[in-house]
Amino acid sequence: MRSLTRREALALGAMSATAALAGLHGSGQAAPADAAAEIAKFTGGKPQETGRVTIELPEIAENGNAVPLSIVVDSPMTADNHVTDILVVADGNPSPGIAAFKFTPMSGRAEIATRIRLAGSQNVVVVARTSSGALLTAQRQVKVTIGGCGG
Amino acid sequence: MAEKARIKLPKDAKRGEIIQIKTLVAHLMESGQRRDKDGKLIPRMIINKFACTFNGKPVFSCGLESAVAANPYLQFSAKVEESGTFKFSWIDDDGNTITAEETISVV
Repeated sequence: MRSLTRREALALGAMSATAALAGLHGSGQAAPADAAAEIAKFTGGKPQETGRVTIELPEIAENGNAVPLSIVVDSPMTADNHVTDILVVADGNPSPGIAAFKFTPMSGRAEIATRIRLAGSQNVVVVARTSSGALLTAQRQVKVTIGGCGG
Repeated sequence: MAEKARIKLPKDAKRGEIIQIKTLVAHLMESGQRRDKDGKLIPRMIINKFACTFNGKPVFSCGLESAVAANPYLQFSAKVEESGTFKFSWIDDDGNTITAEETISVV
């Protein structure tokens, strides 16, 4: 086997640097495109209404390891008209999915509070589906001072 | 076994009342993103499912990803029409299950 030309050696170096970068997290490698794909799977590409989903997230999160999130969807939660699913994705985490919540009329209210990890400043997008097939959405931008995915 | 799950909900309620349920379970939620001191990726090990039923009927459930913070906190609501028992279960990537239950008296 012949030895590498300088050009090939440089190219190899660049490739392995890229690979090393991909191993870093907190670099928010999930492009907004990944989050959009996750949302498209949930919505089937159908249009979404805004105004009925309220997201509570801090504007600035000091600690990306535990960011409080709460979601309320305006819905009567009756047997005929209730939220069935809520999808939460983040467009700047190594992987976009955060959680998928399922509700029933016995939930009483379509609301949920939890704590999430955000690798860096990004948008959190919420999409809710109702029993009639309506899709409701909202999103919030969060600035994260110390990213948290374990790094 | 040490108690791993904590539940907070009212002991009683009026028929038709919507109560708030707070749950907390101890779990590292190892994201699969961290590296150990030798630079090797620590494998993911998280709780990926939670379910709450009341008198055997589903109330609320969810699928969780590694972006849920360690010691997962889940707060949600339930409309109670009768007395009974809430059952809670958390399942991790290996299929291990943590369960808890709480009764409520509805008048």
